[in-house]
Amino acid sequence: MCDQTFLVNVFGSCDKCFKQRALRPVFKKSQQLSYCSTCAEIMATEGLRENETLASLKSEAESLKGKLEEERAKLHDVELHQVAERVEALGQFVMKTRRTLKGHGNKVLCMDWCKDKRRIVSSSQDGKVIVWDSFTTNKEHAVTMPCTWVMACAYAPSGCAIACGGLDNKCSVYPLTFDKNENMAAKKKSVAMHTNYLSACSFTNSDMQILTASGDGTCALWDVESGQLLQSFHGHGADVLCLDLAPSETGNTFVSGGCDKKAMVWDMRSGQCVQAFETHESDINSVRYYPSGDAFASGSDDATCRLYDLRADREVAIYSKESIIFGASSVDFSLSGRLLFAGYNDYTINVWDVLKGSRVSILFGHENRVSTLRVSPDGTAFCSGSWDHTLRVWA
Amino acid sequence: MERVVVSMQDPDQGVKMRSQRLLVTVIPHAVTGRDVVQWLAQKFCVSEEEALHLGAVLVLHGYIYPLRDPRSLVLRPDDTPYRFQTPYFWTSTLWPAAELDYGERGDGWPQTSSQDRGPQVPQGRAELAPLQPAPVLPAIYLAKKNIQKQGALVDYEKECYDQLHKKISHAWDLVLMQAREQLRAAKQRRKGDRLVIACQEQTYWLVNRPPPGAPSVLEQGPERGSRTASHVHMTKSADFYKREIEYCRRALGRTRVKSSVCLEAYLSFCGQRGPHDPLVSGCLPSNPWISDDDAYWVMNAPMVAAPTKLRVERWGFSFRELLEDPMGRAQFMDFLGKEFSGENLSFWEACEELRYGAQAQVPTLVDAVYQQFLAPGAARWINIDSRTMERTLEGLRQPHHYVLDDAQLHIYTLMKKDSYPRFLKSDMYRGLLAEAGVLLDTKRRVFPFTRRPRRSSPSPALLPTPVEPTAASGPAGGNGVA
Repeated sequence: MCDQTFLVNVFGSCDKCFKQRALRPVFKKSQQLSYCSTCAEIMATEGLRENETLASLKSEAESLKGKLEEERAKLHDVELHQVAERVEALGQFVMKTRRTLKGHGNKVLCMDWCKDKRRIVSSSQDGKVIVWDSFTTNKEHAVTMPCTWVMACAYAPSGCAIACGGLDNKCSVYPLTFDKNENMAAKKKSVAMHTNYLSACSFTNSDMQILTASGDGTCALWDVESGQLLQSFHGHGADVLCLDLAPSETGNTFVSGGCDKKAMVWDMRSGQCVQAFETHESDINSVRYYPSGDAFASGSDDATCRLYDLRADREVAIYSKESIIFGASSVDFSLSGRLLFAGYNDYTINVWDVLKGSRVSILFGHENRVSTLRVSPDGTAFCSGSWDHTLRVWA
Repeated sequence: MERVVVSMQDPDQGVKMRSQRLLVTVIPHAVTGRDVVQWLAQKFCVSEEEALHLGAVLVLHGYIYPLRDPRSLVLRPDDTPYRFQTPYFWTSTLWPAAELDYGERGDGWPQTSSQDRGPQVPQGRAELAPLQPAPVLPAIYLAKKNIQKQGALVDYEKECYDQLHKKISHAWDLVLMQAREQLRAAKQRRKGDRLVIACQEQTYWLVNRPPPGAPSVLEQGPERGSRTASHVHMTKSADFYKREIEYCRRALGRTRVKSSVCLEAYLSFCGQRGPHDPLVSGCLPSNPWISDDDAYWVMNAPMVAAPTKLRVERWGFSFRELLEDPMGRAQFMDFLGKEFSGENLSFWEACEELRYGAQAQVPTLVDAVYQQFLAPGAARWINIDSRTMERTLEGLRQPHHYVLDDAQLHIYTLMKKDSYPRFLKSDMYRGLLAEAGVLLDTKRRVFPFTRRPRRSSPSPALLPTPVEPTAASGPAGGNGVA
């Protein structure tokens, strides 16, 4: 499964010719080897048939991509804001911070809601993962991970476990226990193993499977009990920063966004990329499905959020404003999909009208960049976590 | 950010610049905080609050610096004078100082030294090798301050000064000499220029070396792959292009839907769900986060005796909504029981369990499903067409998570197209809809300033089986007053 090779200054003996040279990591059928540059070049031209050269393949790929764009454009007969003219405008929104959760000693990096609509788990730079009842603002559990920068955390659908990971390249699952004699860290299960930092994780419909995204450019589906890799997803050309599972009826796809500016939709069963979208101008920090499952939104460092439709196979809306010059770190939809909440690196949260494309409101309150944002499962509120060490619940 | 700042300095359309009076000295090309805010509000058509915030961010990053109180990088929307930072000091020009810690890698220093030039830093960035350390720069700056103020440095500055002294003590003479040189050169300037330069430097160091406890605006988080892309060489092999070609061919072959159809779908979806969205239309009796009353959650608990009207309505939106709601699913199961097709739903549930279950359970689950639903003469034999049945039975020889997908989809479609519409038209469903009362708004509290105690609820992790929580177990926990 080799698609691209990267240059790294490592010296050693080549796995192919065994000479002492500068080595590159190379992927052959999902296995990582180290080749010297000569062997890497030879391998690059392997698999070419007669009359094929790298240049001819490249031009064929380019022309096909061009045709694809043409096909997509043919069916684009109207813009979203035109269609949305009939829709009533939303009234004035007054959203305030209803709860402030203080307790993290360092930047809050990620958070997730429990299905009971009031509990949340949050993780921070100093390795602490805390489970709160955000309604009462009580802390219920706290775990200290052995690594810093815990960039991903997730609540299990049953509410009985949490998963988290970060610079340790692993995803660990902790069953939640109220037993005072038990140390939560004792029952920890190491589930996922990547070769670079873990950027996002999510349980599928049950506690027994977990989907992860990593800085090594891949996503993977794991069996929690055994730690076995069920499926891996290769295709991103750089770090994968976010993922979201589709709420569709057949529940088989998920979308991921990465530093290669691409958002890719994957089939969980086969590991294939089903659709890809590349219109952002910078890293995609966050992707989230529209509640109907027919579209998804993405937030990126290029200070825009974009809506992509899966059936039309194209980008259908851009949410941006001249006065917004900082990247969006996290996005989420309200329950009906009419509002898009986006947290930005300039410490604010902007609320967009999804259909009309206009900004409904801007929320101030955080004193450092907003790193994560999620709407509660029943849509009554949303929670934002920030580098100012706090989480805020807004309604 | 730089785009904004450059347009602000535009002589015709930029912010009005005047000579400001600061105590006795006159500073040219300064602007007031108020002007900055107004200009931003006008240019971007935003509210004053937002313009103030944007301006504050520019100040925090050191693009605009205050003249009067250079220690605090804050934008005040009044007469406080500010100036635009020289591009030399912008955070985006990657100085070695920005990449190194105070005092680390303290060996060697830049070849060129500063002459009598505006900003007191070495010439020609290009002449500095990337790893050339510049703890010399902060050292010189602090030494100057030390001499000027005769040892009255702020605490953390003093600490850093001592640290640096230890690290580059072998070059300390040079540092002191440089510092004295620069001070002497500065004395030959006009007071106005001196003040400006001092403020510029102060701001630069405040941004790049924030005092302990203050957040650094330059912090970016762990290094991401794309940042190193510039010095990463990518060779694309034949395989990569072949996969691209294959992907394009597949994509060309897929059916696409017209934009108008897709976009109309959003409108109808949002319109249908709008009244059910608490953030858009509010929720009755009240939003728990606003009123501190969890009555809304109690009324909408997973299994409750009397589901609310909105909830029952949602079951009619789509089959998926009905199945996702445990109460809805239970009602549907009852309905199917009456029609003697309950095994369909049970089969579907068993397939879901297989798809998302543990890997180790797969063989047993598959076996159980076969025995119960697929084997000829099984107790709850499901009715699927012979081809699907054949394919499924064939696949059962090598069980995996998705082996029952075909059959599951068939049954799901059957229920969706046949049983579900009948359910919606049934007396049972209509009865529920009629019974579900319309909710009233909670009466406003007479004394709004007494805070209602917030009830805690038992954690799902404590419940014995996650499937059975009833309404009664809602507020069973003690009074959790925040």
